[in-house]
Amino acid sequence: MGKLTIGCFSSLVGSLSLDFAVKLSEAAVKKGHKVDLWVSGNATMLSKKGQKAFKDYSHLEKTVKELFTTGNFQMTACEACAEARGYHKEDTLEGCKRHSMDWYLASTFDADRVLHIGGD
Amino acid sequence: MTKKLLFVVRALPYKTEASRLALTHAIASQSVEIYLEDGDLVEATIAFIGDGVLNCHKDQQAMKHYGITPIEGHMKNTLLLDMKVMICKEDLDEFGLTEADLLMDADDIGGEVKAQIVPFGEIAKEMESVDHLLFC
Repeated sequence: MGKLTIGCFSSLVGSLSLDFAVKLSEAAVKKGHKVDLWVSGNATMLSKKGQKAFKDYSHLEKTVKELFTTGNFQMTACEACAEARGYHKEDTLEGCKRHSMDWYLASTFDADRVLHIGGD
Repeated sequence: MTKKLLFVVRALPYKTEASRLALTHAIASQSVEIYLEDGDLVEATIAFIGDGVLNCHKDQQAMKHYGITPIEGHMKNTLLLDMKVMICKEDLDEFGLTEADLLMDADDIGGEVKAQIVPFGEIAKEMESVDHLLFC
C-alpha cells in the first residue's frame, strides 16, 4: 500500500477544494493507503475544534475524526498560518498536529504521490 | 537521497495567499532535514508562469499600502538560499514585462544566484525532471 501526501491552502467554508481533499483522503484510507494531509493558509481552519455543523456549509470535522481512528491518517496544520488567524494550540482539534512548513516537505519525501491544492 | 519538488506559481500576488505560501513552503525545504534521516534532502525549485510572473515585479509597495511584507522579500530569500527560480518568458512578454522590471537577484543581501527568464519549454522540462509538482 502507498502513501499519499496532500497539501491544501483552500478554505474550509468558501471553497469545496478542502472537501475534495478530505474525501480523497477517506477513499485512499479505505483502500488501505496512508495519508498525510497538510493544511496551510485558509485551510488551517479545518484543524480548529468546535466547528458547528450547518447544512448550508461544509462540515468535515466528523469525517476527519473518523479518519484519525484508522491510524492511517494524519492531519497537520501550519502553525504560523493558524496563529496568524488567531487560533492557538489549545484551539486545535484533538488528533491534529501543528508544525512548521518543513513538516510538509518532509512528508513529500517518502510519499508515493503528492497532491497539492494551492489555490483558494 | 534527494527528492526534488517544483512549486509552479500561477497565482497573482496579493489577491490570494497562494504565491506567498508557495515561496515560504519552498524556503522551508532548507530546514526539512530535522524530519528526515541523515543524508536525505528535499530540494525545491520555483517556476512562475501565467499571472504568477507578476509576483516577480520589483519595487513592490505592499508594506506601504497593506502593511505587510512584499512578496519580493521572499523572492530575495529564495535567491539568497541559492534556490533555482525560473520565470516564463512568454508570459512576461504577454504582460510587456522585461528583465528590467523584475527582481532578478538578491545582491543587496549577499545572494549569488540570479532568477532565470526561460521559455516555457524549459519549465516543462523541469516539470518532467522532478519527483513532485506543486501548483499554487
